[in-house]
Amino acid sequence: MDFTHTHDRRMLADMASRLVREKYDIATRHKIAAGPGGFSREMWAQFAELGLIGALFEEKSGGFGGQGFDIAVVFEELGRGLVVEPFLANLLAGRLIAEAGSEQQCAMLEEVIGGTLLLALAHGEGAAFYDLAHVATRAQKGDEGWVLNGEKAVVLNGDSADRLVVSARIGGDVSDEEGIALFIVDATAKGVRRRATQTVDGGRAAEVSFGGVKVDSDAVLGEPGAGFAPLERAVGLGILALSAESLGAMRMACDMTLDYLKTRKQFGVPIGAFQALQHRMVEMLMEVEQLSSAVINAAGHLDDPRAVREWHISAAKNLAGRAGRLIAEESIQMHGGIGMTWEYALPHFAKRIVMIDHLFGDEDHHLERAGLLARMRHP
Amino acid sequence: MELKYSSEETAFRDEVRAFLARELPAHLSSKVKRSQRLGKADIEEWQAILHKKGWLAPTWPKAYGGVEWTAVQRSIFEEECCAAGAPRVLPFGLNMLGPVLMKFGTDEQKAHYLPRILDGTDWWCQGYSEPGAGSDLASLKTRAVRDGDHYVVNGQKTWTTLGQYANRMFCLVRTSSEGKPQAGISFLLIDMASRGIDMRPIITLDGEHEVNEVFFNDVRVPVANLVGEENEGWTCAKFLLTHERTNIAGVGFSLEAFDHLRHIANAQKKRGRPLSEDPQFAARMARIEIDLEAMRTTNLRVMQAATSGAAPGFESSMLKIKGTEIRQAITDLTRRALGPYALPFASEALDAGHNQPPIGPDFANPVASEYFNNRKLSIFGGSNEIQKNIIARMMLGL
Repeated sequence: MDFTHTHDRRMLADMASRLVREKYDIATRHKIAAGPGGFSREMWAQFAELGLIGALFEEKSGGFGGQGFDIAVVFEELGRGLVVEPFLANLLAGRLIAEAGSEQQCAMLEEVIGGTLLLALAHGEGAAFYDLAHVATRAQKGDEGWVLNGEKAVVLNGDSADRLVVSARIGGDVSDEEGIALFIVDATAKGVRRRATQTVDGGRAAEVSFGGVKVDSDAVLGEPGAGFAPLERAVGLGILALSAESLGAMRMACDMTLDYLKTRKQFGVPIGAFQALQHRMVEMLMEVEQLSSAVINAAGHLDDPRAVREWHISAAKNLAGRAGRLIAEESIQMHGGIGMTWEYALPHFAKRIVMIDHLFGDEDHHLERAGLLARMRHP
Repeated sequence: MELKYSSEETAFRDEVRAFLARELPAHLSSKVKRSQRLGKADIEEWQAILHKKGWLAPTWPKAYGGVEWTAVQRSIFEEECCAAGAPRVLPFGLNMLGPVLMKFGTDEQKAHYLPRILDGTDWWCQGYSEPGAGSDLASLKTRAVRDGDHYVVNGQKTWTTLGQYANRMFCLVRTSSEGKPQAGISFLLIDMASRGIDMRPIITLDGEHEVNEVFFNDVRVPVANLVGEENEGWTCAKFLLTHERTNIAGVGFSLEAFDHLRHIANAQKKRGRPLSEDPQFAARMARIEIDLEAMRTTNLRVMQAATSGAAPGFESSMLKIKGTEIRQAITDLTRRALGPYALPFASEALDAGHNQPPIGPDFANPVASEYFNNRKLSIFGGSNEIQKNIIARMMLGL
């Protein structure tokens, strides 16, 4: 057992940290987020050049890492900068291709890692809530391939993606794990309609509909009907990434709040002199440390049997949700009025932290899931 | 980062398991597993077995008869001991006084007292709290006045855990009222057989005798029993606190208690199904397990960083708070798992040899009593509120 990072991983974290600190101040971030597509292609190219996209992929896919701790350290730093570039979308769809794809399909990952090809995962649907197996979108086998019909909801960075990884049902009931197929679809293919939207935390997403979209047989990703397992693995990596991103954002919110308690004076003293605030600040710091441990646990158990791996993933996401709401709400409260202003950085961190709870299962979803998985582990 | 045990660590765990299987007497583990009372002889018996093996003092330097295990080894040992139902090793001599003597004691004091802690000659108790000095420990009033080669001690200590078994006490006394309250405190070693000491039991809310109050009436203590400099006792006290909190998280206890809770929740029924499958109860269990697994890793992170030189400050207070919150949450949920059978309580069933059939499920009897007893966890060793003050002072520097 060892809780120190390797030299290489510390270098990776330092590099990501420096880039975010030096090039991604809050004003730059707002400017980028408000621009076309909601992110900067220039910045994305820089991230690619420095190997931060490649760090999310294994060597066999042309990446430079791809282990749980690589993902965790990169996303923690992204969280500190509220980075809006489409790291998560490309991690989810890219790792799904790496997991299930043919050699030919995996070849496109080189462009993804190089920052020249953008992917998004079109999986969630309006009626799914957080049920990962819920897929109503249908794929029908035709003469020369497949025909897709259905609607996907809140596809992260789906508005600017070049290709979409789409889940569609070829058998079973609407929320069966069996019968899900995965397809790689050109985002500009005939019948694909995208309605772009901003998100409340400064990101971008799209509602994507597939109306009789025809794809070739070689667009099928992995074994048709057996898509759930690779999907769960890829989303597990996404949840790890989000938990780490949230951790980074929480560390920033705590730093800002701690600083504010020391400098803001009322009644002639720094407000941090008041015990009512001190103890709440301590609660926040303790929960951040707990989340930090849960992220380590999730990153370190990715190669374990499913019930263990997924339990740790759910544990991290549940803690990210719980700690997140505490820190987001308390940091705004302790800042008082200034915490309510757009101009100040803190509330933007709070918004991102809370919205992460709405991605791939909130704290309640993962609490219930952890309970079910615990009974699988200890029958 | 590597969350798996190395092959050396796995071998160590196997060695600990084999040792426990071979050496832990069944009459002791049976009492622990059934939450029965442990007497002085039980605790001494187990400590003697560990001493014989050379494993009694995991954190002491080898030069003083310790083991110098790594953080991971200590954690393995703790978890295995708890899982096997070993009696707990008392912290007073080993984790509290021992390190203070090593740091501040004279050569004579070290040579005399340290071996006696290991071989069980001395049973130490702690003389810190007073009726008027709880969280505000530095306001203590028990007075020691110099008279030739002796101090004459007058005053009262309280919450003296297992003082009824102790032959010695390490004690904070006031030797000066000049300056700040902290400045006039000294650290004294007192023979409990001295004339003028009167100990009375305090019965706690669960009906048990675990703590005591101790009265000092003109008790003569040789000046040679002063540890460190006169009026510098607060330094010893603060140093002791950081060591008291080694293992403060109580991860081993919590893991074992959670296992027990799981067993009970599987056995108990709600609407004909195991209680563990009830959505509300399952969610409560899941939340505790998530917190516990995270805390287990936090604990190992902190312990490993401490071994490599980083000072445990914020972290040890955090582990005290989180660790005790989780232990309390587990005993709370275990109590709830019993439903109405939390009520019947036969105190005599906590004595070994009791052979009446249980009322209700065989696991039910001690549960509510333990729940009430465990309310102490967030009060002792510096209440959780005091720990938050300590963290806040460190973080805010105000």
